[in-house]
Amino acid sequence: MTAMLTVEGMNAWYGPSHILQGVDLEVRRGEIVCLIGRNGAGKTTTLRTIMGLVDRSTGRVVFEGQDLMKRPAHIRNRLGLGYVPEERRIVSGLTVRENLRLGLLASAVKRPERVVIDEVATIFPRLAERLDQTAITMSGGEQQMLAIARATVSQPKLLMLDEPSEGIMPVLVDEMFELFGRMRDGGTTILLVEQNVELALALGDRAYVMDGGGIVHHANSAALLADEATKERYCSV
Amino acid sequence: MEGITLDLLALQIFTGLALGAIYVLMALGMSLLFGMLTVVNFAHGAFYMVGAYVAVALLGLGANFWVCLFFAPILVGLLGMLVERVLIRPLYGRGIDYPLLLTFGLSYVMIEAVRILFGTTGISFDTPDVLVGAADIGIGYFPIYRLFVIGVAAAAVLGLWLFLERTPYGLIIRAGARDPQIVRILGIDVGRVWLVVFGIGTGLAALAGMLAAPLQGASPEMGDSVLAIAFVVTVVGGMGSLLGAVLAGLLVGVVVSLASLFAPEMAQVSIFALMAVVLIIRPQGFFGRAGLMS
Ligand SMILES: Nc1ncnc2c1ncn2[C@@H]1O[C@H](COP(=O)(O)OP(=O)(O)O)[C@@H](O)[C@H]1O
Ligand SMILES: [Mg+2]
Repeated sequence: MTAMLTVEGMNAWYGPSHILQGVDLEVRRGEIVCLIGRNGAGKTTTLRTIMGLVDRSTGRVVFEGQDLMKRPAHIRNRLGLGYVPEERRIVSGLTVRENLRLGLLASAVKRPERVVIDEVATIFPRLAERLDQTAITMSGGEQQMLAIARATVSQPKLLMLDEPSEGIMPVLVDEMFELFGRMRDGGTTILLVEQNVELALALGDRAYVMDGGGIVHHANSAALLADEATKERYCSV
Repeated sequence: MEGITLDLLALQIFTGLALGAIYVLMALGMSLLFGMLTVVNFAHGAFYMVGAYVAVALLGLGANFWVCLFFAPILVGLLGMLVERVLIRPLYGRGIDYPLLLTFGLSYVMIEAVRILFGTTGISFDTPDVLVGAADIGIGYFPIYRLFVIGVAAAAVLGLWLFLERTPYGLIIRAGARDPQIVRILGIDVGRVWLVVFGIGTGLAALAGMLAAPLQGASPEMGDSVLAIAFVVTVVGGMGSLLGAVLAGLLVGVVVSLASLFAPEMAQVSIFALMAVVLIIRPQGFFGRAGLMS
């Protein structure tokens, strides 16, 4: 399998703090790759830097043969990089439909809104019932579904998710993880940051463990799932 | 108080609405720039003034009033876009005081440039023939041109509202005002949106200035007092709120107008008194989001 995303020696700073200190990782086409580690390890910063949202960063980020480092965030998205940030970030004041429309506006693949809405309705029936509701009034789980739908209506090749299960009812979390599995089967590659380590590893193909702004461990998900010592050392809270 | 009849009062309120219409156009632009770009535009009064002078220049070239009404806002909007691209853009992300100081300086440059090009004395600006005179509006005779100003402002507000609520570009602007980063990660070039917003904001200022010119003539300093009032309107309405800008603009217009009827010497002070009262009761203004400035 060829690498879809290659990250080499990636550094990032917030002001004077050197947060990421040489991150190396690779995501191959068709995989779900988990990125785990305790709070403050640098997982969010890793996704943000790949997306181009951190002001100061160095290193190599290659996506589908294109060097991303010099490109602004919106171009990275158009190249096929989808991103569902922490805490969902549903824009206040917009309806569900407007949020979806926003995801569709700059999409490289032009599809009629009606087609997209129908498609969203089959995947997220709850959203379809609330199309003209102000999105911010929905439950946390529904907002997370919307954030995922908003990021995927443009059919990204690689979807990066930052703690999608955070603050969501367990039954919805299961449903969401099943969806990720189906998305992988449908050809979407996924880079998944999760605190819900067991669930993520059970679904994923490979996993990277982060600590102190760098990758400290890399294994097949199944192997890491069985590796209590490593999980204890880097992921226990 | 003798001699002040209900009709006179109603007419004075109507005069206030015409005045308020100009403030609304000014405050809409300022509110848009602040809400989206967090730029406190101290040059907004200068753009207002340049709007009037561009119309003067177009008239000098033989254009008629209607051509001016259409092209002055567009030309000034383009100037605003140039200013955004060249001067303001490098300052984004550096805190609110940088663009504030820059536009403050810019306003002096614009005023001085107009003084050099058009002279320091004011220039009178004729009302187009069809809009001269007064019409009976039921409560008495009211200048047609002032009715026209109210109508144009209402059309501009409606147009802006439709643009923001009903077009894809408007959707991007509304979303970008609240969370520019989300807009970027969805593949949209927020920088280009900001450019357009700056063009709209300064274009509205120019429209206000051009509409005001037949009422008071054009002078290089004409933007100074209206800038102060537009600030009051923006603050009273709530920074970043378009509905707030409309209501507060009309309210301030009416307050000024009534004050000048009952106590002319208090007309200017009354606006700031109004602002003080509103800020004490509701620091974020009518429709502002609390904590926007923090
Ligand atoms: N905006 C910021 N400014 C300064 N430091 C930050 C900022 N965001 C995160 N950090 C710091 O960067 C480190 C990594 O944070 P983050 O990437 O959010 O970790 P994780 O997602 O793994 O919990 C932490 O020490 C955190 O305190
Ligand atoms: Mg995080």
